[in-house]
Amino acid sequence: MIAELGLAALWLAAALAGLQLIAGALGLREGGAGMAALVRPAAVVQALLCALAFGVLLLLFVRTDLSVALVARNSHSDKPLIFKLAGTWGNHEGSMLLWVSVMALAGGLIAFLERRLPERTMIATLGAQAFVAVGFYAFLLASSNPFERLPVPAAEGMGLNPLLQDVGLAFHPPTLYVGYVGLSVAFSFAVGALLTRQVTPDFAKVMRPWVLGAWIFLTLGITAGSYWAYYELGWGGWWFWDPVENASLMPWLAATALLHSASVLASRDALRAWTIMLGVVAFSMSMIGTFLVRSGILTSVHAFAVDPERGSFILVLLAIYIGGALLLFAIRAGTIAEGERFSILSREGALVVNNVALSAILGIVLLGTLYPLLTEAFGVRVSVGPPYFNPVGAVFFLPMLGVLAIGPLLRWRRDSFERIQPSVVAIAVVGVAVLAGVYFLAGIALLPLLGMALAAAVAIGSVLPLRGRSLRRLPLPVWGMVVAHFGVAVALFGMAADTAFQQERLVAAQVGETVEDGPWSITLVSVEPVAGPNWTALEATLHARYKGGEPSVVQPQARSFWTPPQETSEAALLTRWNGQLYSVIGGEAEGGRWQLRLWWKPFVTWIWYGGVLIALGGLLALVGRLAGDLKRRSAQAQIAARRAAP
Amino acid sequence: MIRLLLAFLAALAAPAVAQDLLPPAPYAYTQLEDPALEARAQALMETLRCLKCQSQSIADSDAPMAGDMRHQVRTRIAAGESPDEVRAWLVARYGDYVSYKPTVSATTWPLFAIPLLLLAAVAVILRRRLGRAR
Amino acid sequence: MTYLRWVLLALVAGLFGLFAYMLAQPKDEFVHSAMIGQPIPAFDLPPAVADRPGLSNRDLADGQPKLLNVFASWCVPCAAEAPNLAKLEAAGANIVAVAIRDRPEDVARFLEVYGNPFSRIGKDDISAVQLSIGSSGVPETFVIDGEGVIRHQHIGDIRDSDVSVLLAELREAGA
Repeated sequence: MIAELGLAALWLAAALAGLQLIAGALGLREGGAGMAALVRPAAVVQALLCALAFGVLLLLFVRTDLSVALVARNSHSDKPLIFKLAGTWGNHEGSMLLWVSVMALAGGLIAFLERRLPERTMIATLGAQAFVAVGFYAFLLASSNPFERLPVPAAEGMGLNPLLQDVGLAFHPPTLYVGYVGLSVAFSFAVGALLTRQVTPDFAKVMRPWVLGAWIFLTLGITAGSYWAYYELGWGGWWFWDPVENASLMPWLAATALLHSASVLASRDALRAWTIMLGVVAFSMSMIGTFLVRSGILTSVHAFAVDPERGSFILVLLAIYIGGALLLFAIRAGTIAEGERFSILSREGALVVNNVALSAILGIVLLGTLYPLLTEAFGVRVSVGPPYFNPVGAVFFLPMLGVLAIGPLLRWRRDSFERIQPSVVAIAVVGVAVLAGVYFLAGIALLPLLGMALAAAVAIGSVLPLRGRSLRRLPLPVWGMVVAHFGVAVALFGMAADTAFQQERLVAAQVGETVEDGPWSITLVSVEPVAGPNWTALEATLHARYKGGEPSVVQPQARSFWTPPQETSEAALLTRWNGQLYSVIGGEAEGGRWQLRLWWKPFVTWIWYGGVLIALGGLLALVGRLAGDLKRRSAQAQIAARRAAP
Repeated sequence: MIRLLLAFLAALAAPAVAQDLLPPAPYAYTQLEDPALEARAQALMETLRCLKCQSQSIADSDAPMAGDMRHQVRTRIAAGESPDEVRAWLVARYGDYVSYKPTVSATTWPLFAIPLLLLAAVAVILRRRLGRAR
Repeated sequence: MTYLRWVLLALVAGLFGLFAYMLAQPKDEFVHSAMIGQPIPAFDLPPAVADRPGLSNRDLADGQPKLLNVFASWCVPCAAEAPNLAKLEAAGANIVAVAIRDRPEDVARFLEVYGNPFSRIGKDDISAVQLSIGSSGVPETFVIDGEGVIRHQHIGDIRDSDVSVLLAELREAGA
């Protein structure tokens, strides 16, 4: 009964999206005011119905309703509650429902809250959002129904992939989806603005908080995913340039560029075409990512149930939406008037460099990810991985970091080198000092060396804008910029330090034996069997001493799940301010010894601290802008009230 | 043996293939005594692809075949072969698919030409956009 | 700069064309050996079971073309292809095998249950021979001619339709 309710809600939501689309299209015409009035309510009701459908699916999973096919395939009565919840989106159909739900909710929120744009533009925007939504509803209902029933209820579920039974990873998909699909708002705004020729600073001001919100979630989602891969996969890697990792990075690159571009458009009325283009590209990358994951066209860790038929459906949707938006852009872009001019040495100039560099990196990631697919079409198989992406990406990334270091110091419109010279010199000195220092003290490879030097330069450059300003009265958005850019430096430093200085030991150790790894002495104290709710494991107890200090206990496990049967490695991490000791227990080796894998990874945690700082910076900026906006609106209301009252 | 998410997802789609019971190859999980040789072997292993995984190097995989490949790499490096010779040996067996190292060839030249093109495009765009406004 | 927008559109169209084309292709998950046409590398494997001799490269260059089956007792499709291997043996093919990462008792039990069509079985505990001929999984079957040159690779279990193909390849190799 409940499943049918969910399906009915989904159908109704789809119908309302259709209504929203038709009302939007008709409402844009002359005399379409009646239809236009339907658009906002349709969007809000659609959001509520879709949320209901998703809520129903959650309930079915929480109750482990085994008469529903999806629950039977992906859940199990023994699973802890939190993972039952996570099972809702840990599969193709459920995650697709999450996708349309986030789209519907985003659309509903804009419809409910957004009043600052001309109504025509809002109608066009909501119509565009509905246009995209309708396609995905059709996909869901026609080929991926999450509420399908089994003719005979299953006796027990097939369980959830044990690797997904982890709190961090359980919430990685919803976080990412709010990011990916939140970018659909930017897409719709861009299309709406193109359709009604309203590419103005007001448009950018309206779009900015939505993009910022989606971007914050995307940043957190990628950071969390990287950290999860790091501690779950057992080898201490945190980025593999896997096709689906890249599919999450590409929208982020576009969204970062979009964020900055929208800010320029909002405050300086420049970069109009760039902002529209990036708005279209960002969500297009999200859609392409979804296609790559679900079509089976690329083999990857993340691939859901691969199905060329479903892939074809999504490809058609992509062709319509992305092709349509780009066509619209190509046709209408000529009518986007040129914005304000600026000189090369200006904040706008630095942001143009930012846009161009990020777009180039996006192009390279796209090229590297899809190239094996291209050669496969000709019958040749090649592999493109970190040895390609790292150096080629660095060619664009490293100079961009140099510009990032001094960009925020530049004035708008036109600046002079004399004015910024002391700051530039300071930044350059720090960068060169770190470069020389690290090179002569440690002699590491070129890329990590440059990474560390630039991280230092960006760190200094990001806090220099604070100089000479009253910290207490500094607007929150400026704090946001400082924190986010500083976060970039922190993350970059972590990446470079871990790459350059990590030390690995693989040993077959006897119980009681002590092993050295860098500054650590690690003693294998015991190996014991332990059991959990749905697994058993071999747990090793290690005593680790940093430079002969007090021993800390770490307990890595080799776990065996039984539904479904699988083995995982639970690494044990010992965190200090300057790095992590990463320990893994492998199998039994000859002579009653045990395989131990130990890594000393200096500053590796700074990678994810940096990611969190970047997201935090975004949050500060968002809060700052929203608070400023509210204050302005209430001031305007007060003025209007005072004028009205005699 | 401990397995990766990747191997499991492959097993999800295909009929379940059981794992072997034999211990890993001697040098699958043991480092070479000479740190310089081990560093060379490690650098090479990070650029060789695990054939049974989805997109992992043999340095990052628990699959038994990856372990056997690591054994081959380490024993050959220890015996005095250069990393390029070991790579060539593997490429002769599996084609370019097994190597992540970017090489310019008839099939891979666009991978290098396009970034160069992008670099040129970046230069052109920046010059036109920023130079014009003087 | 307006032409750039049309260039972008064209690129995107090309990309979608590639996607559509690749979706229509059957997915080839296998890694093929690059050693077809090359002589089999030197190796010498001890016997995997008591009642069959071991396998070396010299055995594969004795003038008679053979089938080389790479299998393991822990491999489910290897059991599935056993009847077809028996058919090939009955048709006159000389089949030798390499057992990958297998204990002698497990191999013996496997052969007892599914039959033993092999004239020789080599014991490859660390996949060394498997790697040296470019095989990337089990089961795989190679056609080796009388001079020890690898002529053909069949990946996966031998289905009914593959039997005649392998016999034809064997004949072409000089059987």
